[in-house]
Amino acid sequence: MENLLNLAIKSIFVENILLAYFLGMCSYLAVSKRVDTAVGLGLAVIFVMTITCPANWFIYNFLLKDGALSWAGLPDVDLSFLGFIAYIATIATMVQIVEMAVDKFSRKLYTALGIFLPLIAVNCAILGASLFLVEREYSLAESTVFGAASGAGWMLAIVAMAAIRQKIRYSNVPAPLRGLGITMILTGLIAIAFMCFSGISL
Amino acid sequence: MTSKKNLGEKIRSLWEEGGRFHKYWPLFEAFDTFLFSLGTRTSRAPHVRDSLDLKRVMTIVIYALVPATCFGIYNIGVQSRMAHGLEPDFLLSVWTGLLVFVPLLIISYGVGMFWEIVFSVIRREEVSEGYLVTGLLIPLIVPPTIPWWQLVVAITFAVILGKEVFGGTGMNVVNPALAARAFLFFAYPAQISGDGVWFKLVKGRAVVDAFTGATPLALGAASKDMGLTAADAITRQYSFMDSFLGFIPGSIGETSKLAILIGAALLIYSGVASWKIMVGCLAGLCGTTWIMNLLAGPDSTGMTTLSPLHHLLLGGFLFGVVFMATDPVSSPETSSGKWVYGILIGVMTATIRVINPAYPEGTMLAILLLNVFAPLIDYVALRINIRSRRLRYAQ
Repeated sequence: MENLLNLAIKSIFVENILLAYFLGMCSYLAVSKRVDTAVGLGLAVIFVMTITCPANWFIYNFLLKDGALSWAGLPDVDLSFLGFIAYIATIATMVQIVEMAVDKFSRKLYTALGIFLPLIAVNCAILGASLFLVEREYSLAESTVFGAASGAGWMLAIVAMAAIRQKIRYSNVPAPLRGLGITMILTGLIAIAFMCFSGISL
Repeated sequence: MTSKKNLGEKIRSLWEEGGRFHKYWPLFEAFDTFLFSLGTRTSRAPHVRDSLDLKRVMTIVIYALVPATCFGIYNIGVQSRMAHGLEPDFLLSVWTGLLVFVPLLIISYGVGMFWEIVFSVIRREEVSEGYLVTGLLIPLIVPPTIPWWQLVVAITFAVILGKEVFGGTGMNVVNPALAARAFLFFAYPAQISGDGVWFKLVKGRAVVDAFTGATPLALGAASKDMGLTAADAITRQYSFMDSFLGFIPGSIGETSKLAILIGAALLIYSGVASWKIMVGCLAGLCGTTWIMNLLAGPDSTGMTTLSPLHHLLLGGFLFGVVFMATDPVSSPETSSGKWVYGILIGVMTATIRVINPAYPEGTMLAILLLNVFAPLIDYVALRINIRSRRLRYAQ
């Protein structure tokens, strides 16, 4: 239990998936103009990561890993080279299923999330999390916590960025830097500030 | 009197519209308003204006920094002379301190003002006073032995990427002085930490064996390996009184808590800095370290055992809280936001100092982190206020 809590704190603050690994930058830069949309996207990312991380854990451990197919009578098969394609397919499928389910059962949430749900399928933070959990050999419980906490860390970063961008909306930023340029510089400054967590070992 | 006035107007006309140097009007305006009060008359109501404009606010902060600066200069001399086994004679100490401090100050103002003026001329704006305080803060928070070229690079980084790209004074997200120090800290770690950076080396004289230049917090951080409590490790070398008065190694401005408190009194009395942030910071730090003391138990060693009072007296916490956390631009504007911001700075400083083995001192990074989250704190505070007002008037 303590182990899981430490993992959660570590993946939110110390190894923030966005500010320490710079994964998931595209939607971070594109959808951080307003706080409320950033919160929506952040929640969607947490949701999808919490589902895809354990799903990919199952796929890796029961289908892809060396010897994982022994339950089907094929102990010598190693399909781990299919990792990337399998994970991305899982993520895309999961996002589609989630989208359909939300559409069916909660119209209100569906309209609130809008375009963000399908956008998440191409968010590299989610694929990154799946790859990390394979590389670090997490257990099922750890994978789930890692997914949720990485999503929370991503949300923290995008919400902070959205608040800053709302504040500097009327600032006299040099013309070539307006939009993405200043956001990149801001990301760097935020990452420097987040360095205060680096070095904490839990 | 009239001849003087005529001379003034003659000089002025050179810089105004149509004059020979009109391109550099911002430069003239900056010096003019620095020396003289504004000559503009109001033509429409309201005619009553507060005389406390931006320039006066900045000047008050400068006044508040004077005690810490003067003592810091003296202390650098004392530390350097002690490192070489010399008597800490007053006049000679001040002289050594000036030799260290004045070049840093000249570089800081020179480089910073250069970039301010470049941007003002390009933007055709008046040069803002924003750099006055930053320019004094930077030499106060870097180690005295910092190589000059590194300082130039750091100030360039902080002024351009920390402030000017966001639109100049009043628009920055992080405190520029802290951005400069953080840049130095991560780009040139060898020159900004360690035991040898807190005193000036004199050519041809060896450092005496008994002298260590380790800051108290570095001693505290190392105490666990020595099997001591942090307080024991520190008080073996530096007494409470020395830490309070400032006779300890450290950055120029941060050592004397007494001088900082005098500055804080002026800032709070004049209303320039927010006392809510200061009190919040102190409460956050004391509360967190107190809880850590309770959790640590009687037999443990290392930083967890360090008392709140020690935390307050050591390192750059007070300096950071009084002069940098209260920066009105990079801190929250809402009243409740200021409390949250202050308390979180205290909590984060304590957390970094005690839990993070990578950095013995956490004030700089804690304030930077909360600078980044200040707009979000404001946003949430506004939302809560809007919601509660809506509920109140809904009936």
